Amino acid sequence: MKLINCPLNGPRNAQEFVCAGEVKLMPDPNACSDTEWTDYVFMENNTAGVVREWWCHVPTAFWFIAERDTVTDTFIRTYPASEVFGARVDFAAPAAKGGGA
Amino acid sequence: MTAMPRLAAPNGLLIDRNRPVSFTFEGREIQGFHGDTIASALLGADVKVLSRSFKYHRPRGPLTMAGQDANTLVQLPGEPNVLADRTPIRDGLVVKGQNYRGSLEDDRLMILDRFSRFMPVGFYYKTFFKPGLFGGGSWKFWEPKIRAMAGLGVVDLNHPHGYYDKQYLFHDVVVVGGGAAGMSAALKAAEAGADTLLVDENPVLGGALSYARFGPESDGGRSRMQALAARVAAEPRITVMTDASCQGWFADNWLPVIRGKRLYKIRAKAVVVATGSMEQPMVFRHNDLPGVMLGSAAQRLIRHYGVRPGSRAVVAAANSDAYGVALDLMEAGIDVAAIVDLRPEPGDDEVTKAALATGVTVIPGFTPWQTRPGFGMRSIVGVEIARITGEGRAEGEGHSIACDLLCMSTGYSPTAHLLYHSGARLEYDEATAMMAIRRLPDHVFACGSVNGVFDIAAVIQDGERAGWAAACDIGLDAGPEPAAPNRTGAEGQTHPWPIFSHPKGKDFVDFDEDLQVKDILNAMADGYDHVELVKRYSTVGMGPSQGRHSAITTMRLVAKAQGVSPALVGTTTSRPPYQPETFGHLAGRGFEPVRLTPMHHRHLEAGAQMMPAGLWLRPAYYGRKEDREKAIAAEALAVRQNVGIIDVSTLGGLEVRGPDAAEFLNRMYTFAYLKQPVGRARYVLMTDMSGVVTDDGVACRFSDQHFYVTATTSGAQAVYQHMLLMNAQWRLDVDVTNVTASYCGVNIAGPKSREVLARICSDVDLSAEAFPYMAVRTGTVAGIPARLLRVGFVGELGYEIHAPASCGEALWDALMEAGRDFGIRPFGVEAQRLLRLEKGHIIIGQDTDGLTNPVEAAMDWAISRNKPFFVGGRSIAMQEARGITRMLVGFELVDPKAPVPEECHLVVRDGIITGRVTSAVRSPTLGKVVGLAYVARDQSEIGSRFNIKIAGGRMIEAKVVPVPFYDPENKRQEL
Repeated sequence: MKLINCPLNGPRNAQEFVCAGEVKLMPDPNACSDTEWTDYVFMENNTAGVVREWWCHVPTAFWFIAERDTVTDTFIRTYPASEVFGARVDFAAPAAKGGGA
Repeated sequence: MTAMPRLAAPNGLLIDRNRPVSFTFEGREIQGFHGDTIASALLGADVKVLSRSFKYHRPRGPLTMAGQDANTLVQLPGEPNVLADRTPIRDGLVVKGQNYRGSLEDDRLMILDRFSRFMPVGFYYKTFFKPGLFGGGSWKFWEPKIRAMAGLGVVDLNHPHGYYDKQYLFHDVVVVGGGAAGMSAALKAAEAGADTLLVDENPVLGGALSYARFGPESDGGRSRMQALAARVAAEPRITVMTDASCQGWFADNWLPVIRGKRLYKIRAKAVVVATGSMEQPMVFRHNDLPGVMLGSAAQRLIRHYGVRPGSRAVVAAANSDAYGVALDLMEAGIDVAAIVDLRPEPGDDEVTKAALATGVTVIPGFTPWQTRPGFGMRSIVGVEIARITGEGRAEGEGHSIACDLLCMSTGYSPTAHLLYHSGARLEYDEATAMMAIRRLPDHVFACGSVNGVFDIAAVIQDGERAGWAAACDIGLDAGPEPAAPNRTGAEGQTHPWPIFSHPKGKDFVDFDEDLQVKDILNAMADGYDHVELVKRYSTVGMGPSQGRHSAITTMRLVAKAQGVSPALVGTTTSRPPYQPETFGHLAGRGFEPVRLTPMHHRHLEAGAQMMPAGLWLRPAYYGRKEDREKAIAAEALAVRQNVGIIDVSTLGGLEVRGPDAAEFLNRMYTFAYLKQPVGRARYVLMTDMSGVVTDDGVACRFSDQHFYVTATTSGAQAVYQHMLLMNAQWRLDVDVTNVTASYCGVNIAGPKSREVLARICSDVDLSAEAFPYMAVRTGTVAGIPARLLRVGFVGELGYEIHAPASCGEALWDALMEAGRDFGIRPFGVEAQRLLRLEKGHIIIGQDTDGLTNPVEAAMDWAISRNKPFFVGGRSIAMQEARGITRMLVGFELVDPKAPVPEECHLVVRDGIITGRVTSAVRSPTLGKVVGLAYVARDQSEIGSRFNIKIAGGRMIEAKVVPVPFYDPENKRQEL
């Protein structure tokens, strides 16, 4: 069983973790096109190489980001999400569309 | 029958001659000694036939005496397919042969052996899966008969689950294999400071040192073994685990090791593989009969058990170890009729010289061509030899030597299973005619003969080198690198072509599966020419011994047939487990976590029938199983007319606190929460990014910055995780805690619930004006601090009371006591489902599926459309714009006497499926059948009629009616 180095808990057995797929930046839901949005929701690149993924240490519910080589299945680096998501995210009010408010 | 006298010490290393053991084999009493395996005791008692072969029912005896072959599989009372050469005997053990009809000695199915030419490779596919007498679907008829004739032992389906368990170990360095190399490696690593575990599958450390002959003197192995084992025993940093099989290598040096009834899961920083090598059988006609065994098997019998493997022997030789075998046999009093050496000349090493000096007959340039079977093929009476004229070719047959034992010592193959598992690359090396390691993964090391080092002095040096490397790898200062051995001794160990196919066949490549040379060649002729395809088509290597003796021969045969080097062909993939393992080992103690609510025992006392809900157990209803329907109806009636109480502790509970708490919920759920007043509850509906409904509950605002949010029983953990994942990106100032296990909950519901609660709750004004529907309060109930929620899943006046889990039983007791005068009655999940359905309330996961969006589920009222964002909002908007194609509607059956449709019965229109039923029930309150179903958009108007296809294909008519079915104006829950 693989070991995964949780930034909060140190190396732990892989069965304690779940993966939530690649880290993708959400497009502005009120401004992007339908295609951009569906790509964000449904498309996975399935990269052969180094990917950035969301992993969660389930017993402590700690989410972090891992850089993993999908070809060799090796974890290159794990780090807290704040390295990528450092600032508070706010959403602008939806632009008036079709009479909506 | 009395056992033959055993050889004197120091032979019989593993047995205790002072402790005789008696057991039975095929009903016959056998005497052995403590330390004997079933196989050694049987051979010691001159029992040569241990099993019948898989397909042709040929008699078989031990081949390896190392647990590496399927010839020794026997039946124990509760366990089939036990390796007789690894399983110790004990008094009273009842052992039987397996896979025979009649008796093991006279197996009536041995007639199959004569028909083998009619059963070519692929016989079953070709015969039974095509039209014709045996084809055309007749496999169903023939399969049980064939399986009864070809097979292994018998599983006792009533055998109780024994006690098996698991243990987790952590070590700096794990050395697998306790021979000369493994012991040297462990010593070196431990001396450098590594906490070292040394694992070996045998009862004692020593590996080949314990049975093989190293040098011209008899004790060349034993003296080295004793010296190394003494140092290992004296080294405090080495933990020794014998009788333990390392079953595989998994990622990051995670090793499953089985010892007895325990499965160890071991994590190592570095692993040293010192698993040695396996001697390989030759291929010639009748090479499988009892009396034909590996040279090392004969040596194990002599040195481990003091058993003479025969009385007159021929040794097939292609290396110096064969001459060691001959010397050992002679010293054991066995007449060595001849050494038949496949090479043109014997070697000039010390062992060979010592053997030659005895005057033993050596016949170089010859090979065994076929053995001469004794009566019933239960033994051999001689071997015919032939002059080798080329690779795999020999002539001049007819020269026969009488013998009852033929030892094969013609080469080795590394025991590289763990290395293969670890991703190491091995390649056939023409110079040594063996697989050789080309690349090892990080933190994995190999030494000894698995690493292609055979010379005993070099093996010890190689072990020290590997131990040193492992110690360095984990960051220890292990001193200077040990000197590398200047010779490996690998060349000349293994004959490149010990295969002599016979025109009449019975030249077995794979003993497990009864595969002959022609079967491998025919598989290729049938077009399955890749080694992996040859394996799957012919089943070579797929038996219990997993190709340990057939993989190399198969590789050679495939290579030769294709005119390429074996290096290009390679071997098939090796996968865990290394040895057969039982489900008991994998299951361990069968630990299945079950969550019990604090009131669990009260439910049992009240006669509840419990049902699983996720990991939880919940009361389904209270009463005897035969009274199920009556009990559910009575419970429902109590809630509608009086008062009922249900344990809702399994509901998820999440504390959401912080300045951004309302903003956070506004993003996570579809509804609006910014302006939700303190002291009020609001429905929450969660969707994922694709707009699919995933969970629901209520959010209770206890202060400006504090919400208590409930989630469904099975969804709580996922909701919690999802919330944290989203806020890992949003960075809102909010803290989310899963308090599911900290709180218990009960719901008292029914027209009299206020009166009941009022008796034990004095600090909350329970009047309808002060505490209206969808309000929340904090207070005490029977002195227990509690959160009170006026919510109504069942559609009656009711209170959900959430209190510390530690007070659950007290809370339950207090409410039952307070309600006694009112006839309070506990109700279970079944009644709750009925009651909620009468109200048309959906259950996420039952009335929704993996594609349901809130609009389809008729929950658009729960969508706030003027907030900047919520998870799934954009996706829902896109689906609405594209057009909703189905709707969840309430229905009732037009014929009230029609049967109740079941979940997933289809809504069908003109032969086309337009939807399905998600819930349906015969409502005692309403006196009709009501339910929820998905229907096509144009079938969803109130009054529309549609057809449901129920079990048996009957169509019943339903019509769309408004929900709630019961109390449509929701007056009762707002009392």
